[in-house]
Amino acid sequence: MAQVVEKLQPWLAAIERRPHGGPRWMQDLRDRGAARFAALGFPTVRDEEWRFTNVSPIANAEFVPATEAAPVTSHSLRGVAYSDAPNRIVVLNGRFASQLSRVNGLPNGVRVGSLAAAVTEHADVVPRYLGQLADFGTKAFTALNTALSVDGLYVHIPDGVVLDEPLHLVFVTTSAGLPQPIMSNVRTLVVVGDRCRVRIVESYVGPDGGAYFTNAVTEIFAGDGAVVDHYKVQQESLDAFHVASMHVHAARNANVSSHSFSLGGKIARNDIGALLDGEGAECTLNGLYLADGERLVDNHTTIDHAKPHCPSHEIYKGILGGKARAVFNGKIVVRQDAQKTDAKQTNRALLLSDSASINTKPQLEIFADDVKCTHGAAIGQLDEDAIFYLRARGLTYFEARDMMIHAFAGEILDRVKVEPLRVALEGELYAQLAKDLAEIDAA
Amino acid sequence: MLNIKNLQVTVEGNQILKGIDLHVNAGEVHAIMGPNGSGKSTLARALAGHPQYEVTAGEATFDGKDLLDLDPDERAREGVFMAFQYPVEIAGVNNAYFLKAAVNAKRKHQGLPELDAMEFMQLIKEKSKLLDIDQSMLSRAVNEGFSGGEKKRNEIFQMALLEPRLAILDETDSGLDIDALKLVAAGVNAMRSPQRAIIVVTHYQRLLDYIVPDYVHVLTGGRIVKSGGKELALELEKKGYGWIESGAQPVGAS
Repeated sequence: MAQVVEKLQPWLAAIERRPHGGPRWMQDLRDRGAARFAALGFPTVRDEEWRFTNVSPIANAEFVPATEAAPVTSHSLRGVAYSDAPNRIVVLNGRFASQLSRVNGLPNGVRVGSLAAAVTEHADVVPRYLGQLADFGTKAFTALNTALSVDGLYVHIPDGVVLDEPLHLVFVTTSAGLPQPIMSNVRTLVVVGDRCRVRIVESYVGPDGGAYFTNAVTEIFAGDGAVVDHYKVQQESLDAFHVASMHVHAARNANVSSHSFSLGGKIARNDIGALLDGEGAECTLNGLYLADGERLVDNHTTIDHAKPHCPSHEIYKGILGGKARAVFNGKIVVRQDAQKTDAKQTNRALLLSDSASINTKPQLEIFADDVKCTHGAAIGQLDEDAIFYLRARGLTYFEARDMMIHAFAGEILDRVKVEPLRVALEGELYAQLAKDLAEIDAA
Repeated sequence: MLNIKNLQVTVEGNQILKGIDLHVNAGEVHAIMGPNGSGKSTLARALAGHPQYEVTAGEATFDGKDLLDLDPDERAREGVFMAFQYPVEIAGVNNAYFLKAAVNAKRKHQGLPELDAMEFMQLIKEKSKLLDIDQSMLSRAVNEGFSGGEKKRNEIFQMALLEPRLAILDETDSGLDIDALKLVAAGVNAMRSPQRAIIVVTHYQRLLDYIVPDYVHVLTGGRIVKSGGKELALELEKKGYGWIESGAQPVGAS
């Protein structure tokens, strides 16, 4: 135990030096986050939620909070898929970077920008939402973020607004030129009013590579009848750690879809929690992850059906090479009132090498009786019969294999409704796959 | 064109083919008939190069080339085509995209320029009429959600696009209603040519009413036990497979 406490010491020191100032409720939120992190410490593999993901490489690395925004350079946005979005809002090392941000003809009343600024400038809205979904009482990383976050992004869409162009939120982290690798506790709050339609892309990137730690928390509130299409693109440095949670509250007849693409990171953990809290709310969770080498990607999703007539659809797919490991845990809760729930979950993984592995678990907790819940998991290698079929028509083994792998990923990629993002993701993904496959063929 | 001598094939440790001899010339249509489990489909799959069908003895040459030495895709590019008994569903691979890749793989092998999208659509249009291939079958994933008849039509459609020199139809009639059967047969008959050989593997004589063979071979117990002309099929239909004595001697086909 003494050793554990010792390892925690630098983190507790960072907590002690947490940001101060701002309104009292904000300071109070930070203080409570700090107290909870100090009490919880980092999760261990004895923790059911972290059974297959050992975070000691993060805990032992002594990341320090960045003390100031990194300088903007010509390559600050290098490697960002869909960086040419007309609405691009950038956070650099945890702080809003206005020089890299631009918006284009947003309707009146739409607010997009620094969360730290909104805390005081939008004081009638922010306190009602910030920290309301993200549970820092039991989740250590959320507590750490709550205590240490200095800034992040704030999106507020007033009732009835339809946005034609997506909002691209870009989180850049770099330890370049700094004496010690940094951590970035970025925070995003998205409040979408009734009957709005909006597409939001969140990208996490490390243009300079190297080690750093992104600890992100996103809260999204979708009002009555709102349609929110959310994309997360995780393209962190391959030496970086990425822990992120996204919390969604869907009101009556809201329709929220999440598309998660996890491509980078040494350890990447994505938690998504969606609360369907109004009749007729609908939720779609799609995910595609790619890992090779000795990387680990862990997706934990929870869909909480709290009200009747809420459908949910979930498809997660992974492609693993080398000695990569993946974890998928898909929890579906149907509360007693949530009659006529229709929940469907599918989880598939393609293992390109014998040393790659995945731990997958559907977790159904159903307390209502008139519901339809289905789940299925399929883990395996490429279908040999399909490969033979393609070869019997003249395609080489390699052409057949690539066609199959692209088809596997395509099922998720094709659901991306932001065309330039889809094209960029496809390019990024296939380039990475081509590299992995070339290594396999060379071996 | 195709010369098979003493071909012996093992599947998962069980010997299925126990010495097949068959000689097929360009321009000929051969029917291979036999009861279930006789090894008909094994012969078709072994010739196509299915990895689970292991050739333990014998030889097969295609235009003098050692067919057994070629990978399945090399055989296809050389002009051997097998219509699958059970066409494989391939989720996520668009049928038109797949067909274009297949056509271009072969053209590349022949030293011809690859077809672009426009040229390919023209080819599709030309070949699809006969088999009643509609747009939706092209825009869906390969065989996914196709009815039994659509799958078989898609196989013959591929054959029409790829123009093989040797086509092996593995139980292409199974599961087809009479209209679909006529459509498929018309597609196959349109492909008959002096440059092309066709081997029709079937359990029933019915298909041979529409695709009339030049030669009929009866395969039982892993051997061809009787060969003859098209009238042999009618005889089999009348008398069943039981009348063929187990000791019957194979007869050369040509």
